[in-house]
Amino acid sequence: MTPPSEPHIFQAKPGFARTGERVSFGVFRLATYLVLACGAFVFADIVFKGSHAIFQQEFPFVNVPFFTEAPESLHVFEYEGKKLEMGDKAFRAFRQDKIDRDVAAGKKPTEIKTESYVYSAGGIFPCIVGTVLLTVGSMTIALTLGVASAIYLSEYSKQGRIVHFIRLAILNLAGVPSIVFGLFGVGLFVIYLGWNVSLLAGWFTLAFMVLPVVITASEESLKSIPRGFREASLALGATKWQTIRKAVLPYALPGILTSSILGVARVAGETAPIMFTAAYVVSDKLPWQDLKNGTDFFFQGVMALPYHIYVVSSKIPQNEYTHRVQYGTAFVFLLIVALIAGSSIILRSKLRGRNKW
Amino acid sequence: MTHEPVSMETPTSPTRPNIPLASVPGSASMPAVGTTLIDIQNVDFYYSASKALHGITLQIPEKQVTAFIGPSGCGKSTLLRCFNRMNDLIDGTRVDSGSIRIRGVDIYRRDVDVIELRKRVGMVFQKSNPFPKSIYENIIYGLRLQGVKDKSRLDEVVEKSLRGAALWDEVKDRLHTSGLSLSGGQQQRLCIARTIAVEPEIILMDEPCSALDPIATAKVEELIHELKMKYTIVIVTHNMQQAARCSDRTAFFYLGKLIEYSPTRTIFMNPENPQTEAYVSGRFG
Repeated sequence: MTPPSEPHIFQAKPGFARTGERVSFGVFRLATYLVLACGAFVFADIVFKGSHAIFQQEFPFVNVPFFTEAPESLHVFEYEGKKLEMGDKAFRAFRQDKIDRDVAAGKKPTEIKTESYVYSAGGIFPCIVGTVLLTVGSMTIALTLGVASAIYLSEYSKQGRIVHFIRLAILNLAGVPSIVFGLFGVGLFVIYLGWNVSLLAGWFTLAFMVLPVVITASEESLKSIPRGFREASLALGATKWQTIRKAVLPYALPGILTSSILGVARVAGETAPIMFTAAYVVSDKLPWQDLKNGTDFFFQGVMALPYHIYVVSSKIPQNEYTHRVQYGTAFVFLLIVALIAGSSIILRSKLRGRNKW
Repeated sequence: MTHEPVSMETPTSPTRPNIPLASVPGSASMPAVGTTLIDIQNVDFYYSASKALHGITLQIPEKQVTAFIGPSGCGKSTLLRCFNRMNDLIDGTRVDSGSIRIRGVDIYRRDVDVIELRKRVGMVFQKSNPFPKSIYENIIYGLRLQGVKDKSRLDEVVEKSLRGAALWDEVKDRLHTSGLSLSGGQQQRLCIARTIAVEPEIILMDEPCSALDPIATAKVEELIHELKMKYTIVIVTHNMQQAARCSDRTAFFYLGKLIEYSPTRTIFMNPENPQTEAYVSGRFG
């Protein structure tokens, strides 16, 4: 073997092609790091600022009431030289207790001047419940309609100009602004069908918004199944539907579910479609409480995380206390989307293990 | 062309392939033509605008192996796929004139149920395509389609089909492992087992050994010898020697036309048509 220092016939020669490649790859790498940095910055910002609301210093280190209680007003006041913050319920109890004590001691009850901030205390439990309900419901509808459409478009319909046009229309739907979907939802579900602001209206509006993603993902998944499976199945005397059900769909499902994860994040996070179709600014009860009959469940609105962030950010004055709630809510929202995505990934790998091809 | 006396030794000349006559199946005992099972009369076939088959007429006998040979693009696979109407899957295909009758029924008639047709006419493909299911599930796929649920019947069919495909001894201890874990040759035999599990009358084989190594190929060819006792087999092959080894009758196609159709021995030893002669002696194709 030639020692490395001696020049030989396959010596690398410097030239603009080589340096050009290095520069280009350097630029690509930089671009990737920039994207990662931006993403990391956003995450870090939310996690850092939100952790003030989520975590606390004593056991159990997580601010459990934030997750399990409804929003209340925050009262900030001075008492006996100390600056105290209390949620509405606690403050009323505190004040009542002080009044009782003063009255018992024969003194005039001292006035406690407070500054109160709406929604800045308590928790966001109803919002969590609402977002989860909206996401699960709309993804179910979207997956059902979407996979059915994808099966029709790729397996049954004649591949002519009409189908090409339909596909183009579906792709374009993906670019429609979500507020337009909100208006569509209001017009059709809330007003025309008379569902009013309700879970049902929210479900269908969100489902239609995310349908293009699901249909495209499903079609790609179905197309990636080798033709051999279909041919073998048909040659054994199967109908087209039997073939799809037994030899195509089970193997396409993991891909469909993975691609739908993007849809989950969108559905959970969009405010505009639910603003006028499903979201309440505030709701005193959880969706399953005080129902006169079972179907009322579907015809009521819910609170939702993204809408709550909007309300706390724009409908009330900004200060350090509202910041806490905003970022806390954003953090919780990220956690929930991560959970849903995580379970989708687990489900997918379980399906993949069973139907490997 | 001189007619040489038939002898057990092959004349070795530079223009004739060296085929040991003794191994040509059925050459000594089978009648030249049996009862016709598939009757093709003057069939034209179109892929949209282009004509792929011109006036094909031939009769395929029952319980024998018929081979279709010819250079690429000559229409042999197209004709094969007409028998179980797999060409229907492609947009724009049609059989324009003539008829293909199986047991006297024109299979392109409007009231023919393609599903029933395909239960009687099975197909083995060039690239083996077992489902990503267990060996057991692969075999009973066809029966499941028909709604058979009785486990003892299914077990019986699995054993019978795997024995019929000469695969039972190799896989009997791992029936519930994935079909994809088998070797190429075993996968193709699995596909054959799957096909015979539904008990068809006819088995169509579209270049079944082209993706297999010589040993696997030999096993499949041996299998074909056994299968023809129960099934009618039509095999498309690029490999002339395979046609010579396996088949009783051979049809030579060229550019969408049937050039010659005779007992295998005749096609390879003294073909009538000069084009056939040129092809089997390797001068083109």
